[in-house]
Amino acid sequence: MIGIFASILDGILVGAVYGLAAMGLTLIWGVMNVINLSHGAIIVLGMFVVYFLTELTGISPYLGIPTGMIVGFIAGLIIYWVSVNRVIGRPILMSLLATFALNMIIIGLATAAWTTSPYNVPVALPGISVGNYTFTGTHIMAAIIAVVIAGLLYLFLHFTRPGKAIRAVASNRDAAELNGIPTRQTLSMAFGLGVALACISGALISTLFPFTVLSGEAYQLKSFVVTVLGGLGNPAGALLGGIALGIVEGLATPFTPVSWIPIIEFGLFVATLIAFPRGIFAFTRP
Amino acid sequence: MKTTAALLLGAAMALAAVPAFAEDTITIGFTASQTGKLNNDSTSQLRGFELWRDDVNAKGGIKVGDKSYKVKFVSYDDESQNTRVQQLYTRLITQDKAQFLFSPYSSGLVATAAIISEQYGKIMMSIGGAEEKTYKLGNKYLFQTYTGASKYLAGALDVLKKKNPKAKIAFVYEDDPFSKAVAQATRELAKQDGFTVALEESYSSSTTDFGPIINKVISSGADALLGGGHYADGSTLARQLHDQKAKLKWVTLLVAPDSPNFAKLGDAAVGVSVPSQWEPQVTYKPDFGPTPAEFTKEFKAKFNIEPGYHAAGGYGGALILQHAIEKAGSIDPQKVAAELNKTDVTTLFGPCKFSTDPKSHGLQIAHTMVLAQWQMKDGKLVKEVIWPDNAKTSDIMY
Repeated sequence: MIGIFASILDGILVGAVYGLAAMGLTLIWGVMNVINLSHGAIIVLGMFVVYFLTELTGISPYLGIPTGMIVGFIAGLIIYWVSVNRVIGRPILMSLLATFALNMIIIGLATAAWTTSPYNVPVALPGISVGNYTFTGTHIMAAIIAVVIAGLLYLFLHFTRPGKAIRAVASNRDAAELNGIPTRQTLSMAFGLGVALACISGALISTLFPFTVLSGEAYQLKSFVVTVLGGLGNPAGALLGGIALGIVEGLATPFTPVSWIPIIEFGLFVATLIAFPRGIFAFTRP
Repeated sequence: MKTTAALLLGAAMALAAVPAFAEDTITIGFTASQTGKLNNDSTSQLRGFELWRDDVNAKGGIKVGDKSYKVKFVSYDDESQNTRVQQLYTRLITQDKAQFLFSPYSSGLVATAAIISEQYGKIMMSIGGAEEKTYKLGNKYLFQTYTGASKYLAGALDVLKKKNPKAKIAFVYEDDPFSKAVAQATRELAKQDGFTVALEESYSSSTTDFGPIINKVISSGADALLGGGHYADGSTLARQLHDQKAKLKWVTLLVAPDSPNFAKLGDAAVGVSVPSQWEPQVTYKPDFGPTPAEFTKEFKAKFNIEPGYHAAGGYGGALILQHAIEKAGSIDPQKVAAELNKTDVTTLFGPCKFSTDPKSHGLQIAHTMVLAQWQMKDGKLVKEVIWPDNAKTSDIMY
């Protein structure tokens, strides 16, 4: 019995990180109706930022997270002005293709530079043991950081002028513009923020698991499931969605072979889309 | 103008002269996983090949009758992917005109490469392809140097029989052809030996989070864990088993712990054992090529790292091909294949003999394995041979 609780708690810890990964995706979707298919590649970028920072300077991987955020934000701004800005408001297929192309470019360049071999960020924190089960320090730390960052994002979006501008543009771009909000700058900032969040989640994941240049795809797929569970375009919901996904994984694991988990996950994804086409916690968009 | 023309003519003649020189080389083609998840093990194998080539060429080449052929390699990076192996082996045969082939690393890739090599009737030395199924398809030109997958964990079961005959075993393994073949064969043996199978879980090759599986292992109350797959997943599994303090008394993982890089895990490596095709401590007396000690010394001098079994397998497999070509006194594939069928030779890698039964042609039937374990000795991690008794360098740490 305690095994099931341990499994669920483990699921929640990892789920919080999935939630953070999905937050960037859902923010960009919510604000500008763009599904960012380069999301996975950006997550990988975050992983490599931490890897190289710890390798070269020997600092704690957790100090690499702010750097990951800055690199992500700048990368996001560049991507926005080079590619996304041209396709906003055009048919959705355009932005899918634009961001998918970007995904291929980033992965191609990264493969050329770093190959597809596995990398590992060595980090050890004391864990907490309950009975025979141990929750590793890195998982607990990652979950705490994920929740703190989600909280900061919430405060930013609700209590600062740029944050409010982002929400205004998300709910009605024309009305926002009439009220004097520079919408293009706001959109680029939102995109930068979304990409920065993806980078941070990549940075956190790198402290938990080994990764390769191609690891992003798995987290991108999970982000889609989380986004749908949490409500399309709802960053706060993404954290809940991530934790919900973690609980589902934790609950299912003791009773099914682990190789079946993805089938359950994506079954849930399809079922949710049928029952709640805008996601379970959707409320920001009409 | 005239001088330019003369220079061009000279260059053309020089180029034309190359093929005449190239006749005295034997071209061997293969792919190695220089990138991707098999890169660690495959690179060791590649180093084994390269050391052999340099040794042979330094001695004047392979002796065929009264001629000597220098060895030339043509190789590509298969990125640890089946599709690349399929494309590249076709290219090696049709465009690069490879006369003989070495296999890529790992059972899955060998199975793919073997389809191509058989189609074109090319001899391929299989190194690093332990799964037996590939050799039971009626192949004629495929020769296996490794002991088959079903025998990998026999040593671990033997140790458990001695130390804890009532052990509850958890089988946790990668879902690739090789690891599955090993686990399934071992599970049956374990049941016959009266062990309890407490848990059986397979995981995909790209798994990085073993947390859920480890919780299940703990819940199952298992004392021993047998399984793993290759380097990337196996080393991660060992690390996370240690991080989550799974109180297992015995852990044997395939492939990963054999790599010297496994020592980077530090405390997580202690006590972990690995079935091994070869260890530097073995004392085979070869009738062809260098002794294990000579090979180990040379390898260390060149690559600055202790050779694991993948490296020795690479060198050993290549030696067996060389032996057959020299015995045949010809580079004609039919004659060399006939010689390989007759092979009964001991190299630094151990004894080698191929099955000539048409149903399992090319299957290795003489080579044997050892079980090695990482132990802490005077504050240093060392890999010791603990099984079988006549080869052991240290006692079992249980």
